[in-house]
Amino acid sequence: MAGAPAIVDANRALQDRARAREDAAVRRPIVRFRGVKKAFGAMTVLEGIDLDLYPGEKVVVIGPSGSGKTTLARMLMTLETPSGGEIEVDGEPLFTMVRRGRRVPADERHLARVRGKIGMVFQHFNLFPHMTVLRNVTEALIHVRRIPPEEARRRTMAMLERVGMAEHADKYPAQLSGGQKQRVAIARALVMEPKVMLFDEPTSALDPELVGEVLAVIKEIAAKGDMAMLLITHEMQFAREIADRIVFIDGGKIVEQGPPEEVLLRPKSERLKAFLARFRNGMGLR
Amino acid sequence: MGDEWRWDVAWAAARKIAAVVPVTIAATVLGFVVAAAAGLAWTIARRSRSALVRGAVEAAMEFVRRTPLLVQLLFLYVAFPRLSVFAIGVIGLGLHYGAYLSEVYRAGIEAVDRGQWEAARALNFSRQKTWTRIILPQAIPPIVPMMGNYLIVLFKETPLLFAINVTEMMAVAKQFGSETFRYLEAFTVVGVFFFLMSYPASLVVRWLEARFGRAG
Repeated sequence: MAGAPAIVDANRALQDRARAREDAAVRRPIVRFRGVKKAFGAMTVLEGIDLDLYPGEKVVVIGPSGSGKTTLARMLMTLETPSGGEIEVDGEPLFTMVRRGRRVPADERHLARVRGKIGMVFQHFNLFPHMTVLRNVTEALIHVRRIPPEEARRRTMAMLERVGMAEHADKYPAQLSGGQKQRVAIARALVMEPKVMLFDEPTSALDPELVGEVLAVIKEIAAKGDMAMLLITHEMQFAREIADRIVFIDGGKIVEQGPPEEVLLRPKSERLKAFLARFRNGMGLR
Repeated sequence: MGDEWRWDVAWAAARKIAAVVPVTIAATVLGFVVAAAAGLAWTIARRSRSALVRGAVEAAMEFVRRTPLLVQLLFLYVAFPRLSVFAIGVIGLGLHYGAYLSEVYRAGIEAVDRGQWEAARALNFSRQKTWTRIILPQAIPPIVPMMGNYLIVLFKETPLLFAINVTEMMAVAKQFGSETFRYLEAFTVVGVFFFLMSYPASLVVRWLEARFGRAG
């Protein structure tokens, strides 16, 4: 009898440890920025960003224009190379790799493999103007993921259905409104099944009356699936509804971050207060 | 000269010269195919990540554009005695105009929005597929009229092949002249033939311009 509590304790300790391991696995960041810096010539855009993004987490990045938020997303998409620090995707460095026991700059193959886990929606859509909506979405499925055309077409139509663009499948981008273009661009990125989706000011280039339809689509996507999302936006109401966490970047640094209510309603720093005040006055809105 | 124009001689010259029109056309078409391929290859090589490749291609193109086509043809003629003169003509025209077409391609490629490259990268297209499926299909249509203009210029340069003994219109005219001492009719016929072929071609280019618009 005297030994029983000890056994129970030992059992509990083992269970705890197992659970902790499990949690750690689940809670391992899908994206990890560690001391990431970026300078363009003499101009420093980001000076030391530490940011973790967990599987399924929706993080909204806010901040004034020129604060470096877009650069953050563009580096993760490998459209820019960091000047310092490290970005990890799924536990693996993005811009470096190991060759013969040494860490060397990543080659195109490494970049392509890691990049395949990330999708991006651009401010200016960047649809392929010489392809129909259908081909815009099937193209990478067929030529990058090497999925048979019939299957690619089936997945594409399902995705276009989801963003409400199925009936426009045979149109060209020039025949679509901005909101429709962006919904196609979302479908195009989503159909590749990325683990992380980046949205770089997805509604900033849209006429005000078209913003709603795009935000609705993004919200629907956010509500489902365990895909992590990093959104850069100036739509504060939307940010509040969708975000698990809001990150405020100013002057190339993360100034404040936390749950939406915390960041938007009880800002601590003067800079965030000033930034939010501009939105309340209806300025700073584009 | 002072000779009077003689229609009967002109017709005789025309018949002889017409027989080699296919040679001129073949040299033009094949030369242009080589030029289009070489120009594209150079344009892509000029965007290589290797500074060595970029520098070498840039230097070669500069050399080709800064030296006369006639000199290049004669050089190839003596440097490659085993090749037929026609093949040398096609290669010479092709490399020379390839250097010019490379500039045209470049204009077309630079007119493609940067966002297209970024979208291709974000979707993980390979470098080769980015070129063949995304960039070139957008870069080429606007430059078709400009390429057409170069086709006509190349066509008008084919008489230079006569310097390396290709039996084309100019060579036949010269021979006709030396046999009959009637150069006036012979050379006039050559000019008329060129005009009859290049004018309709220029109309086609004008139509292409209206259809595709101008690049950059």
